[in-house]
Amino acid sequence: MPKASRTLLTPAQMAESIADLAQKICEAHPAEEPIALAGIFTRGVPLAKRLAGELVKLGRPKPLVGTLDITQYRDDLSTFQMVPKLEGSEIAFDLDGLDVILCDEVIYTGRSVRAALDELYNFGRPKRVQLAVLVDRCGRELPVQPDFAALKVTLQPGERVAVRFQEVDPAGDSCIIESQPSSR
Amino acid sequence: MTLKPRKDLLDIASLTDDEIQFVLENAVSFKDLFKRSVKKVPPLRGQTVLTLFYEPSTRTRSSFEVAASRLSADVTHFDIESSSVVKGESVLDTVETLEAMRVDYIVVRHKQAGIPSLIAKNTRASVINAGDGWHAHPTQALLDAFTLQEIHKDLRGCRALIVGDIQHSRVARSTSLIFRRLGMQVAYLAPGSMMPREVPAEVPQFGNWHDALEWKPDVVYLLRVQSERLDEPFFPNAAEYHKHYGLTQERVEIIRERGLHLMHPGPVNRGVEITDAGMAYERSLINTQVENGIAVRMSVLYWLRPGAPLS
Repeated sequence: MPKASRTLLTPAQMAESIADLAQKICEAHPAEEPIALAGIFTRGVPLAKRLAGELVKLGRPKPLVGTLDITQYRDDLSTFQMVPKLEGSEIAFDLDGLDVILCDEVIYTGRSVRAALDELYNFGRPKRVQLAVLVDRCGRELPVQPDFAALKVTLQPGERVAVRFQEVDPAGDSCIIESQPSSR
Repeated sequence: MTLKPRKDLLDIASLTDDEIQFVLENAVSFKDLFKRSVKKVPPLRGQTVLTLFYEPSTRTRSSFEVAASRLSADVTHFDIESSSVVKGESVLDTVETLEAMRVDYIVVRHKQAGIPSLIAKNTRASVINAGDGWHAHPTQALLDAFTLQEIHKDLRGCRALIVGDIQHSRVARSTSLIFRRLGMQVAYLAPGSMMPREVPAEVPQFGNWHDALEWKPDVVYLLRVQSERLDEPFFPNAAEYHKHYGLTQERVEIIRERGLHLMHPGPVNRGVEITDAGMAYERSLINTQVENGIAVRMSVLYWLRPGAPLS
């Protein structure tokens, strides 16, 4: 069945939004403090890498970038019909005492962020953890809020935000609202 | 990529190519965990893994126990020696007891082929065959394949020479099957009394090291000689076995010159199938096999799901 969809951000607007996010992060962090970015698989990873690039453009030293595969930390893993392939997390630097910014393309219920926090603490004890997202979708089921969000939306039941990045999606960048729920 | 979970892992033959790949690929992520200070992940939190070993085993059992612990499962062992099994309780009675305890995974080893399958049909728990008679030892096969894949990314065309009591070895059966499924060539080197009666046509059989090495293997896979068999008629004694089929000092030098890798499922009998120099051989993968066993068993436990439909 075809999905009805409408554009939330054009690719150009996506790029601007990511640059804005980087600007907000810069303003909140003194230049001398090192920042680490941790992208949540799948699409938090390209977001983290692009934010790192934008921070460099803003004159900051190249941030450390890691990845978190939260599959094994999900609270609904045992209910999946299919078993997900593991991507593997990689935090190849010492987290202790660092400011870490978790990156994800969308925050909705907050459950992924809860899982990411659980996993992150198995790698070390950061000084502070913050959250950057491209889209803040209302409908939280946990007391978790983003520190940096480019866009905030409220959707109707049955709608979802789908963000695509050319690094992982052959069709290229897009940020749309689909009017049919995803099936897992 | 996602894959349908299975209830049980009983042998290699019933696995699809996708399933084999899935287990091997996820094992890479699990092995990465071992480098971290916290080696534990939560997917089996609240689940119980029980090891039910009717045959003695230290390595396989502890490997499963470490794997299950690292997945945050509760791990328990059903002690056969002190249980009513020695008083004559049947396997199915035991399974009924375990069912009542609501264990989620049962790792079973039994000297009789087919027992893990029988248990699997009578429990909701996921059953993993940790060795049944001469039949199968699927997690050993998976860890062997994983270990070789770390060295040769594409195993197609890679040659493995399996040496020892092939006829009575579930390891040989499962491992040679997975090697061939992954596109490898397999040959056997064994005394006539230890060679299986039916060997697939594409598996060359050798009776001596000289001919076997002419076949140009990439890896030599030694099987453990079961000491209880050495006294049986038609079997060579330990010294004879070592001289004709063991990895002697002289043969270590030959495989070193040719750069061959060495594998063994453990535990080894020094002086029988392998000499001390073989244990110190720099291309030995024996310890890597042990480490990889944990990663592969984590990957299997992660994939299986209690109560999943039988396939």
